[in-house]
Amino acid sequence: MTIDSVSHAASTPDVVLPFAALGLKDDEYARIVEILGRRPTLCELAMYSVMWSEHCSYKSSKRHLKQFAERIPLQAKDILLVGMGENAGVVDVGEGFAVTFKAESHNHPSYVEPYQGAATGVGGIVRDILTMGARPVAVMDSLRFGPADAADTLRVLPGVVAGIGGYGNCLGLPNIGGEIVFDPSYLGNPLVNALAVGVVRTDGIKLATAPGPGNKVVLFGARTGGDGIGGASVLASATFEAEGVRKRPSVQVGDPFAEKVLIECCLEIFAADLVAGIQDLGAAGLSCATSELASAGTGGMRIVLDTVPLRDPTLAPEEILMSESQERMCAVVEPSKIPAFMEICAKWDVTATVIGEVTGGDRLDIYWRDELVVSVPPRTVAHEGPVYDRPLSRPVDLDALRADDPVLLPRPRSSSELLETLLRLVASPNLADKSWVTNQYDRYVMGNTTLAMPDDAGMIRVDDSTNLGLALALDGNGRYTRLDPYFGAQLALCEAYRNVAASGAVPLAITDCLNFGSPEDPEVMWQFTEAIRGIADGCVALGIPVTGGNVSFYNQTGSTPINPTPVIGVLGVISDVRLRRSIAFDSDDEQIFLLGTTREEFGGSEWAHVAHGHLGGRPPIVDFNAEIALAGVLHEATGVISAAHDLSDGGLAQALVESCLRGGRGARITLPADVDPFVALFSESAARAVVAVPADRVDQLLALAAAHGVPLVALGSTGGETLDITGQFTVDVAALRTAATGTFAALFG
Amino acid sequence: MTRVVVDVMLKPEILDPQGQAILGALGRLGRSGVASVRQGKHFEIELDGEADPAALAQVEELAANFLSNPVIEDFIVTVGAS
Amino acid sequence: MTVSVGVVTFPGSLDDRDALRAIAAAGAEPISLWHKDPSLHGVDAVVLPGGFSYGDYLRCGAIARFSPVMDLIIAGARDGLPVLGICNGFQVLCEAHLLPGALMRNARLHFTCVDQALSIENAETAWTNGYAQGSRVVIPIKNGEGRFVASSSTLDQLEAEGRVVARYVGASAPHTSPARANPNGSMRDIAGITNERGNVVGLMPHPEHAIDPLTGPSSDGLTFFTSIVKALIAA
Repeated sequence: MTIDSVSHAASTPDVVLPFAALGLKDDEYARIVEILGRRPTLCELAMYSVMWSEHCSYKSSKRHLKQFAERIPLQAKDILLVGMGENAGVVDVGEGFAVTFKAESHNHPSYVEPYQGAATGVGGIVRDILTMGARPVAVMDSLRFGPADAADTLRVLPGVVAGIGGYGNCLGLPNIGGEIVFDPSYLGNPLVNALAVGVVRTDGIKLATAPGPGNKVVLFGARTGGDGIGGASVLASATFEAEGVRKRPSVQVGDPFAEKVLIECCLEIFAADLVAGIQDLGAAGLSCATSELASAGTGGMRIVLDTVPLRDPTLAPEEILMSESQERMCAVVEPSKIPAFMEICAKWDVTATVIGEVTGGDRLDIYWRDELVVSVPPRTVAHEGPVYDRPLSRPVDLDALRADDPVLLPRPRSSSELLETLLRLVASPNLADKSWVTNQYDRYVMGNTTLAMPDDAGMIRVDDSTNLGLALALDGNGRYTRLDPYFGAQLALCEAYRNVAASGAVPLAITDCLNFGSPEDPEVMWQFTEAIRGIADGCVALGIPVTGGNVSFYNQTGSTPINPTPVIGVLGVISDVRLRRSIAFDSDDEQIFLLGTTREEFGGSEWAHVAHGHLGGRPPIVDFNAEIALAGVLHEATGVISAAHDLSDGGLAQALVESCLRGGRGARITLPADVDPFVALFSESAARAVVAVPADRVDQLLALAAAHGVPLVALGSTGGETLDITGQFTVDVAALRTAATGTFAALFG
Repeated sequence: MTRVVVDVMLKPEILDPQGQAILGALGRLGRSGVASVRQGKHFEIELDGEADPAALAQVEELAANFLSNPVIEDFIVTVGAS
Repeated sequence: MTVSVGVVTFPGSLDDRDALRAIAAAGAEPISLWHKDPSLHGVDAVVLPGGFSYGDYLRCGAIARFSPVMDLIIAGARDGLPVLGICNGFQVLCEAHLLPGALMRNARLHFTCVDQALSIENAETAWTNGYAQGSRVVIPIKNGEGRFVASSSTLDQLEAEGRVVARYVGASAPHTSPARANPNGSMRDIAGITNERGNVVGLMPHPEHAIDPLTGPSSDGLTFFTSIVKALIAA
């Protein structure tokens, strides 16, 4: 059989290659021919097709994402050690420690094979953290499904949760928080966004670069098989048709044990300073790793594909290049350090093979059976893919949607109606207790977890040699964003920011996972660009930078996209984890205060959704000054307040219920006299929090609030076995617990 | 090369929740007429040579001390096609 | 006299670092033992930590049980060497036949991580002498294969000989749902057992995660580690 080598391609220019089946457009193929000065070989076609796919090249989003790198807030420049464009961003957190964190989506694979899709999503993001030279230390996840009682949710949710737990628990990474949201918008298009965070010394950061001619390129980790061939370009760049999946994917299968030993192996290699550059193999496997390493290095690389250790000996060379077999890394190692490198791999029984070397030229040359099958300028593969300027158009239904104001919806008036609404909301799937899910995750491993779900943020001690801590919150809101992509994205940012502040930490940086429909739909592109503009403006206002993130397009079935869903992860730092606060009303007779301003704001609210299936109006107002002021109070109130809980979905009522249940006691509450009780209980105005204060510290809280210009109102006190809303209703905490905890058990067994 | 198969099943008196979950799922899938399901493991071992008594004894020992847990599992060794 | 306690790391062990930390917190010298290394380096006691050794492939602990270091530990245990097997470590001890019974998939099939209320029912082993008999403690449990099973005669023997070390008596944290006394269906609600001599203890819950209220539900677990220090100093 003739190998489609470079010379063969040059001599057979009229051969028609199946570029369309691999997802390339006519003009993109023509461009490849122009770059190479001939038709591409099959292997080159495979590389370009996966690397120029939407998922790998970001061709529809690149020109818009530039804003994040171009508009880094001044305050943040000193702490940002590695910004966008690398595998993950890195920030300086003090005491010689740096933190790398990132969120990534694995949406389509989780629809196809929930367990493995979610598991390999965790595996992939953890490797992104590992490849920065860091020890991964925690994970979180943001999950979105169709309606909780839909048959497909029953198929997908348990598998996704089991996959996240199965992979993350086996890796030994505590799962410290996240969110689960149900909405008809995600039926058929579940969202699985996984976040990982790692810790490294500031002088230990590794980058994906291939410096120095003569350095060896080493592939180590699992053997290469047929996993996910074409998965990246084919799967993530295609929507699902109602009749079935259009293209048949090869599902990636994860082995968390292999990744655990890979992590330990890598960390020993890093500690011995044995790598000049390192890249993990994720989407587009070897095609991506080799082209990106070569691009960022001195420019040339030579790979002998026959040396790649295979699990399946029948793979063709283009399949080896496209394979997405998990748990693999690619390192650039000085020849003198190879023996030490191999010794560490042998200790951990990790397969490691020298597959090539860095060269002095400017081409990535790949050989198969002694024939040259790839000879490309690596930057054209990895970084100079097509950049689209997709058309935008404001959704035609947006004005009508906004005019459909929830103020017109029938609302509960009497005390019994208010109580009935409370119980209904508390038991609704989005607000219900999530222990059925979160108890499947190990929160304790590594022994540094100081806060986890259901508290506002997850918090870990950086290391047991210090009390320095990291807080993380991951939040999104598809309904707000549907009503207004600009403000909706900002509200997600504010919520995560507020959650971190509530725990006692200072927000420092963000990562984002942007989940949208098809970029070929101008209305989706408009939502996308508005959301990015919102996030960029918000980050400048809050003074915290975007360090990196992920875009997932094509989340739609047929022509209906999901609600635009930007998910924001905020990282914060606390100087001493012992100063952290949970949301729990932990002691009796503490004073409860509501901080912030409450307005009548029900657009996109849980109440409108649960009580009326309604989505319309405007989302709550965004006020960055109010968020900053509130965060300031929460930070300086360390040692003054004993608990803090931000308000978000479900408003004040939900926050009070959660704090009571978490603390195992009730509260006596008198709603503010100047606000309608329904509004007081269920409005979702932003920039608010509930705090509990020992009686002898109330004056200090009042002074802090006044100093920061944050309005506050006394609500009542903690204690007793009931949640008592003066003049309205009294409900047993036990009844609230039954309502909150019964839902998931009833739905999922 | 000869193939030898080792099938490992839980002892009959041991509770098998995985088998029970599968039985429950069959019910939800509308399949009737299934009284019970028990889940086990199936190992396919390729020997370098023939399955002579010595080789088989080795496989039996492997099955008894490694592939199965004698506290809770039984095993059966079969020579030839699986 | 400094007591030294070794913690074995198998490929896939996860809570080895936490066990080392707990040993240090208890005032003993923590020593890391590598699975391939056929030496115990003179430690006075050994902990087999939690985790997913060899990915739980084949059966939990089934492969780890044949490690070179285990040959020494098995021989040592028969001679009175104190050994504590936590979670995956308990599974290894059962596979190695240092303890009777077996650990199987949780009855409800899910991996479960909760703050677990236990009663300490044997306060005379090398690892539990610091507890008062019958004391109630709260220690995290986190596993998917934690259901202890054994024949009726074995169970009766364990009870009759007072070899049940810890028993599940209920989930503690008010926020977990729903509260269950027995998180995994273990027979007779058994959370931990000991051998006839009382030097080998297997425990499903993780005392190393309950040494500091900062990072766990309590500090109730530290006594497992201070107990061994006490036992070794007295010996």
